[in-house]
Amino acid sequence: MNHPYMPNSAPATRQAMLDAVGVGDVDELFEQIPADHLARTPVALPPAMRSEVQLDRTLRTVLARNEPAEPGRCFLGAGAWQHHVPAVCDEIAGRSEFLTSVWGTPSSDYGRNQAWFEFASQIGELVDLDFVGLPVYSWGAASGYALRMAARMTGRRRVLVPETTDPERLAVIRTLCGPSGAERSLVVDLVRAERDTGRLDLGALAQLLDTDVAAVYVENPGYLGVVETEMVRIGELAAAHGAELVVGVDPLSLGLLAAPGTYGATIVTGPTQPLGVHLHAGGGVGGFIATPDVERYAREYPTLQVSVAPTRTEGERAFGMTLFGQSSYGSREEGNDWTGNSVYLWTVVNAVYLALLGPAGIAELGHTIAGNAAYAARRLGEIDGVSVRWGGFFKEFVVDLTATGRTVAQVNAALRDRGIVGGKDLSTDFPWLGQSALLCVTEVHDADDVALLVDALKEALA
Amino acid sequence: MTANRRYHAPVWDEPLIMEMSAPGRRGFVPPAPIEAMPPEHLPATVLRDELPELPEVCEPDVLRHYLRLSQETMGMIGVSLFGTCTMKYNPRVNERLGALADLAEVHPHQDDSQVQGLLEIVHRTDLALRALSGMDRFVFQAGGGAGAAFTHVAVARAYFEARGELGRRTEIITTQQAHPCNPATAAAAGFTVVTLPIEEDGYPSVEALRAAVSERTACLMVNNPDDMGIYNPHIKEWVDIVHEAGGLCFYDHANFNGVMTRLKARELGFDACMFMLHKTFGVPKGGGGPAVGAYGCTEELARFLPGPLVEASEDGYVRRENPEGVGRVREFLGNAQQVVKAYSWLLAMGADGLREAADISVLANAYMQHRILQIPGVSIAIPQMTMHRMEMTRFSLAEYTEETGITVAQVQNRMADYGVDAMWLSHEPWFVPEPFTPEAGETSSLEDIDHWIDVLERVLEEGRRDPETVRTAPHRQVVAAIDGARLDDPDFWATTYRAYRRKHLS
Repeated sequence: MNHPYMPNSAPATRQAMLDAVGVGDVDELFEQIPADHLARTPVALPPAMRSEVQLDRTLRTVLARNEPAEPGRCFLGAGAWQHHVPAVCDEIAGRSEFLTSVWGTPSSDYGRNQAWFEFASQIGELVDLDFVGLPVYSWGAASGYALRMAARMTGRRRVLVPETTDPERLAVIRTLCGPSGAERSLVVDLVRAERDTGRLDLGALAQLLDTDVAAVYVENPGYLGVVETEMVRIGELAAAHGAELVVGVDPLSLGLLAAPGTYGATIVTGPTQPLGVHLHAGGGVGGFIATPDVERYAREYPTLQVSVAPTRTEGERAFGMTLFGQSSYGSREEGNDWTGNSVYLWTVVNAVYLALLGPAGIAELGHTIAGNAAYAARRLGEIDGVSVRWGGFFKEFVVDLTATGRTVAQVNAALRDRGIVGGKDLSTDFPWLGQSALLCVTEVHDADDVALLVDALKEALA
Repeated sequence: MTANRRYHAPVWDEPLIMEMSAPGRRGFVPPAPIEAMPPEHLPATVLRDELPELPEVCEPDVLRHYLRLSQETMGMIGVSLFGTCTMKYNPRVNERLGALADLAEVHPHQDDSQVQGLLEIVHRTDLALRALSGMDRFVFQAGGGAGAAFTHVAVARAYFEARGELGRRTEIITTQQAHPCNPATAAAAGFTVVTLPIEEDGYPSVEALRAAVSERTACLMVNNPDDMGIYNPHIKEWVDIVHEAGGLCFYDHANFNGVMTRLKARELGFDACMFMLHKTFGVPKGGGGPAVGAYGCTEELARFLPGPLVEASEDGYVRRENPEGVGRVREFLGNAQQVVKAYSWLLAMGADGLREAADISVLANAYMQHRILQIPGVSIAIPQMTMHRMEMTRFSLAEYTEETGITVAQVQNRMADYGVDAMWLSHEPWFVPEPFTPEAGETSSLEDIDHWIDVLERVLEEGRRDPETVRTAPHRQVVAAIDGARLDDPDFWATTYRAYRRKHLS
């Protein structure tokens, strides 16, 4: 039976090709492979399921065993965040042209390249920097690459990273920096956080800083939600030692919070998933890198990036790869780190998202998120034994349950029974926080959702 | 001939979204906060002074702008026979499944009990790839083929560190024909790269490998067949040589399409391999991701894999950390929705469908090669290797360029005027001049293949008759050929609108 995906499996078509080639049996075409290389055992997979009816049903049945995070009922963030995805984003994400574009030319895949340029342009506005690469796999990858850029620029091999960095992201950064002790690795030293504010401890930072430090990495807001208040000072400390200030930011915070380009950040990274991409169980992530538009930075990018350029026709413009030669595509092992397929379909979606928001939308969204999060934190903090560890956050905050005598795991299990996805359990990764959870509240939550959480938590603790 | 079919790309002269801005417009209204943020919540010093200059555009205009940009993107709406790693049809049922809330709204930190469907599919995909490769364990964390190559060098570092050999295992051996991500990830991981050049037969000799291998060898990283469709028949001997020296062998299976069900990486002796679930396993290219480089290895290396690992247990499917592993190469389980799509594709294909797909892609390539080599001015790379190529063939327009002065890039641009997506030329380095590498896979119809070849033939004729038309192509595309002469000039390049305004519009 002809397979629906394979036009040339129709017997007449197949025979026509065999006849043209002049072979009787397709096996003759595999003459390059020595007989003793061929698989000794057949591939133990079931036969083809050719009917989409059956396939669709099979997959839906298995996927129905998931219990997805319902908007408003999920309070998890920690590296992937449930924001509202405008319908226009989904419409564009599903366009076959973007979905199936391969590599193309600046003329024939013009529209995709323009959308990429519009992504980079809008990120540039948000962070207040002029050079933006196409995104990489994830925020962790972006930050790891950024630290390696700083190491190449400064010729130094030590980087300072907050101890409160997301362990998931820190693990990616560490893998990119290399194993401790290996000759060509970067040394990752952790900087203490102030216990009473959650912010970076500037005294600890000053002690660790030296002229062998390539970069100081700070996230703002930090993983534990707190907004740093001394970024200018941190930048001055880094600059005084000739180190780059690498700042990781949530781009959705930048309608509300100061742009890192205005307070001394020289390399900025951040996640792209908040910009119109669904959670996809972690498959929605991506990370961007932005810097000043000067050669010292631009020539260290490991990414691909598009630039405006003229065409053969007077007054017409196109978008082509700039500094392609310094990528691994252009220079193999002599290039800057390595690149490959990334998350470029999401890049188009990110451009759509930011275009929908505009300046007023992103500013108002920032206020709504911060207002909702502050409200939820206040309501949760009114529960006996429950305290909010620190104020001054954007959308995530630490809720300390230690005084309740319950573990986060117990509480989250009870919340699950009530249809609520609780916060990220911090008790293993940050023992000094006791039984604490990181909660995320955004524009998708309303007063009823918060009330439901508060009531469920009270019941769980009763 | 089918090249007479009329085609013209949509032209909209679509402005930049920033140029469409008009004060006071917007395309999205957030809900009001439950309660306004209290003024003392954040100090004024951390707040933004001036709004970012994002475009001010209403929803219908944003939608139409990006729809028009999509129309100005050819993708696989055109005929795309792009060689290396096999572009193919992406079943839309899988896109619909991937967009279901049951998958799209799953949070990666949700409890295992709430993601049983996803974990089951991840585990089943692992089992299916084991069946295809003979490896003992697969992970899907890497966000692409390059990420899988990086996973390998990270795993290799951990393996040699555990053996106390990391200090002296400093070299990774690869070939000129290996994808650039192999040497690049090796160098990024701190290894010195030894690249074996291509020799007479189309691959480096056993002797060259022997000369390169030493007690410093950490890994061999190779593809086979290579991007010319040439299969190195000595690969088992290669693996033995590297193993005897204590090194590991990594099989970059980007070119798996022609050998699906015929070869198993483990049976050839490899310690690890990589499959691209995007492309080879039916998941869309997306213009470059989100993708999955599925990395598989032996039990011996599995203890060094990045976590979390997905396993079936008595209590259902679980994620567990891998205590000796390399931590993470990327956050979470990877592009989980793409794993689901690949699993669905594997079910749809089945063992018989995979065998048939491999057969058809090699047959289609033999057909293409047969026709293409009848076109005057086209030659095959490594002509002395006279056996049938696998699923793709590397050609050269060197003779034609010498005759007409027209380059392969100009031919590529002119072919776009006939609705043909840019063909693949070659990865760096180019060791045949004016290279091109088409690949039909199993999902391009014979009619599309014939159209593609007819277009190539017609464009080459045009170049002889009317060279200016080809040299100045494209003429029926969204825009004319880019003038990229100053793309690497810091006074010129502009990756953002801010830079564009400063350098070009002021």
